[in-house]
Amino acid sequence: MTDGRTGSARRLEWQVAEVRDIVVETPRVKTFLMDVASWRGHLPGQHVDIRLTAEDGYQAQRSYSIASPPEDELIALTVVRVDNGEVSPYLHGELRGGDQFELRGPIGGYFIWTTAVGVPLQLIGGGSGVAPLMAMLRHRDRRDDHGPAMLLYSSRSVEEIIYREELDAMTRRDRDLRVINTLTSRQPEGWSGYGRRIDKAMLAESCFPPEASPKSFVCGPTPFVESASRFLVELGHDPLSIKTERFGPTGA
Amino acid sequence: MDDPPISRGFRSNRQGQAPSNRLPPGQYVTSDFPVLSAGPTPHLSLDDWSLALEYEGTVLGIWSWGQFEDLPQTPIRADIHCVTKWSKLDTTWQGVMFDDLLRAAGLRKPPAPYVMAHSKSGYTTNLAVDDLVGGKGAVVTRYANSPIEPVHGGPARLFVPHLYFWKSAKWLRRLSFMESNKPGFWESAGYHIRGDPWKEERYDGD
Repeated sequence: MTDGRTGSARRLEWQVAEVRDIVVETPRVKTFLMDVASWRGHLPGQHVDIRLTAEDGYQAQRSYSIASPPEDELIALTVVRVDNGEVSPYLHGELRGGDQFELRGPIGGYFIWTTAVGVPLQLIGGGSGVAPLMAMLRHRDRRDDHGPAMLLYSSRSVEEIIYREELDAMTRRDRDLRVINTLTSRQPEGWSGYGRRIDKAMLAESCFPPEASPKSFVCGPTPFVESASRFLVELGHDPLSIKTERFGPTGA
Repeated sequence: MDDPPISRGFRSNRQGQAPSNRLPPGQYVTSDFPVLSAGPTPHLSLDDWSLALEYEGTVLGIWSWGQFEDLPQTPIRADIHCVTKWSKLDTTWQGVMFDDLLRAAGLRKPPAPYVMAHSKSGYTTNLAVDDLVGGKGAVVTRYANSPIEPVHGGPARLFVPHLYFWKSAKWLRRLSFMESNKPGFWESAGYHIRGDPWKEERYDGD
């Protein structure tokens, strides 16, 4: 099984994770702070699989990005409630502190950024696609050696901006970080930011120039990722410098 | 391990889901066609498209789009299973079976036991020849009677539905035989070397 490889395969075992705290991020989004006894550590951008077991033995698995940085003790999973979904309505409606479910990870060795990967860090997120990008920003924020970074973040309305206060605080204390919001369906009175879907002009204005060789991470629903990554390529960014993660309609 | 913790109040909402002999462990049925790729979708022109079959740097066969369309075309109906947990049942495709590709290259048998599939995007995935021959693998160019959209791997993708769908490499350009099994792109990033959904071989070590 391990031919052609160095080292031995380490199986990702299912572990019991316990809910320590639940943060209401927006009307449709909650973050579950999980205590995993023997967590092996993770890198910003990785995800976990969770497995729920019903009283009749029925099991369901889903994948969620880790929003917490490796420096934190608890694993933060930011979950959107999908109304006709199976797992997310349970997590939102039923889960309480002290409850347990199974989890395994970390998973994914590609959509990853650490300070060692280099800068500028260019993050483009749509909706809950901001979760793995937040792990990168939080990791960066914990470090002293961080360089230039930006997040272009598309939400439907100001109420639906996830991690809003934390992002505001981060930009206040960090001159190297720019956070640019666009609100696609409703803008509050006096809103001075963008008020439309991400387009090529917005990316040209917001992003680092291709000559700066930014490391780009794009995460969100598939149509969002398709268009944002295509615009980046059209603006002259190297396709191999653009890493994408798509949140399909199936994370329910 | 010990019995898993029970989630009070959690229950299945699978109405009319697939019979269990159609759905591998940990999967659920979707009617959508979700997309999973590591980078931007390449948009390829058919004019400079080609597919090559190689062994140790030697080209065993190479086909332009027109030549590839002239190879024997086989309709395929299959269930597909993505490692991200969705399965889609009864999908219909059309393309050239791997067996026919070998024949078209004048090969009576495969020259080596493994294959690395190379995509336009730089993506690679490794397969055992045993998972491709005998009607198990194909290079497909039609999905649901239409050309495959770029986002789903068009103009041509590998199609190996009995393995997790990441093995069915999008934007396929090259199949290189190799003597030993080397991990491809996702396989080097923590995913399983073979990826059999019925054994739930999702990750390295499963």
